[in-house]
Amino acid sequence: MDLFEHQAKELFAEYGIPVPRGVVAHTVDEARAAAEELTGRVVVKAQVKTGGRGKAGGVKLASDAPDAEQKATEILGMDIKGHTVHKVLVEEASAIAEEYYFSFLLDRANRTFLAICSAAGGMDIEEVAHTAPDKVAKVPVSPLTGVDREHAREIAKAGGLPEAALDGAADLIEKLWAVFVDEDATLVEVNPMILTADGEVKALDGKVTLDDNAGFRQAEHEGYADKAAEDPLEARAKEKDLNYVKLDGSVGIIGNGAGLVMSTLDVVAYAGEQFGGQKPANFLDIGGGASAEVMANGLEIVLSDPSVKSVFVNVFGGITACDAVANGIVSAFKLLDERGETVTHPLVVRLDGNNATLGRQILSDAALSGVELVDTMDDAAKRAAELAAVGA
Amino acid sequence: MAIWLTENSKIIVQGMTGSEGSKHTRRMLKAGAKVVGGTNPRKAGTTVDFDGVELPVFATVAEAMAATGADVTVIFVPPAGTKTAVIEAIDAGIPLAVVITEGVPVHDSTEFWAYAESKGNATRIIGPNCPGIASPGASNAGIIPADITSAGRIGLVSKSGTLTYQLMYELRDVGFSTAVGIGGDPVIGTTHIDALEAFQNDPGTEAIVMIGEIGGDAEERAAAYIEKHVTKPVVAYVAGFTAPEGKTMGHAGAIVSGSAGTAQAKKEALEKVGVRVGKTPSETARLMREVMRSR
Repeated sequence: MDLFEHQAKELFAEYGIPVPRGVVAHTVDEARAAAEELTGRVVVKAQVKTGGRGKAGGVKLASDAPDAEQKATEILGMDIKGHTVHKVLVEEASAIAEEYYFSFLLDRANRTFLAICSAAGGMDIEEVAHTAPDKVAKVPVSPLTGVDREHAREIAKAGGLPEAALDGAADLIEKLWAVFVDEDATLVEVNPMILTADGEVKALDGKVTLDDNAGFRQAEHEGYADKAAEDPLEARAKEKDLNYVKLDGSVGIIGNGAGLVMSTLDVVAYAGEQFGGQKPANFLDIGGGASAEVMANGLEIVLSDPSVKSVFVNVFGGITACDAVANGIVSAFKLLDERGETVTHPLVVRLDGNNATLGRQILSDAALSGVELVDTMDDAAKRAAELAAVGA
Repeated sequence: MAIWLTENSKIIVQGMTGSEGSKHTRRMLKAGAKVVGGTNPRKAGTTVDFDGVELPVFATVAEAMAATGADVTVIFVPPAGTKTAVIEAIDAGIPLAVVITEGVPVHDSTEFWAYAESKGNATRIIGPNCPGIASPGASNAGIIPADITSAGRIGLVSKSGTLTYQLMYELRDVGFSTAVGIGGDPVIGTTHIDALEAFQNDPGTEAIVMIGEIGGDAEERAAAYIEKHVTKPVVAYVAGFTAPEGKTMGHAGAIVSGSAGTAQAKKEALEKVGVRVGKTPSETARLMREVMRSR
């Protein structure tokens, strides 16, 4: 989960990392009030979970409270790379002497953590790394030894930070490491990390990505979830513990196992090219178990998507045999019936693997309305795309 | 012949007394694997009956190894205890640890990997978030269904469990030497490259199926490795062409970030070094069938 800048900074502040004083505003009135509460000139910053805000005009300097109100009017509601701005961070403007870059991140390829530090901050670090690689220090950090003050100072030095900034930067880096570890983050980035005119090192921006797998020991992370931006279907699926991602096509997908479902999306999109470009409507992995209840919940979510015209149930019977899955589908139809839901779209089912013959037999005996059995994944994808095209 | 797991492998199960652990211990035994015991410090000294096979429960991996000669451990311990379980296995010096558990925090995986490295990588780690390793007809360590395929001369390495099963099933008449599910997490122990190297050196493997998916650059690095070191034919499949940027697709590691980690880039990297990449799992199976027929 990615955090908003203001959430990242609130988290930084909890760890004693210096950040500018700021207030979150959801309306222009709130923005004006925030500017009145703060001292001096303020910066009005769009809160969106994407980069390039500045270039898009989502960050503006305001001279006083009425100006802040004006700037907030311009920024609120703006679209930045498909993200609508629903809130701004109104922050006291800093007297910037120099701008640096710093981050801790997970280095997947080398299976370790990495500190990245550069005296060339404030811009796209990937571009700096590309054009002037010697200006960017990449220092591997072992999870066994971590980062203490001395190590933090070495990293800052390797990044080419001047003597005047070293102590402040080392302090900030050491605390940022605590954020990274204690919060189970996979990224903490400060760009820019600034040296102010009076010699203080501060985090002027903040980007944090938290590990969803650590939720069981980071209960407070749930509070960071952006419920407003969540797709309503994704939110409902989450409540039912379903692994669902909304996409923009017309063929609803239900399958077991992340890899197989990803593959099903591709095969449907590939087959759909023949039928006016039919595409998958969602990713839904019901897992290895595929019980009747999970199948019913899955069908309910997929069918409640108005853009869905047909559904492709693609199950490989490995640990769970196909007869159990077929029984699950039959029971799911009964369950949906009891809930007052009707299956209004055609359902193409492909069962393969353990007890596939028996599973297919169970489904054809049940003669569920709108359910078609197709033997192979490729042919079933084709049929589901065809049905979606007809229903569209 | 097979890699890493043979008919002589002696397997213990960490978390054998839990619901997943016991369910799959039973399945492994049924598949003919030599499971010789399990661990649970609270139930040490007792035994568990698996359809007539009495398996002893030990307090620690080290004790289990001393008593049974085990050389493989399969870990079903829940996420909160996985790191401790893996570190215990490393400390005991067991040659192979298969970590099935899904949902392990990546800080924990990165830490136990660093720990394994600090001990000279004496323990090979497979996973986490993986289905394990199966050498059909010989042994099975994990949750791969044994009865969907047969023994043969194809080696398979995959990030995905169900796609592994799909390919094993489609090619069941040709058969497999070993299938390794390396897992879909961002940080994993055994990589595609490790498996490619082992298959290249295994006289029992004639050709290799490699299954990848979006996220990271493991497939690109595997392609570079294949170009330099693999002379056996490799056929590949990559899942996730339609995955949107920035969304995690089921597996914690399956995410396209900006322009990095796309299926297209992986496919191109593999094709550039002469690997044939199937458009669908079935087409991948067909390609492999052609390879095996021409040999």
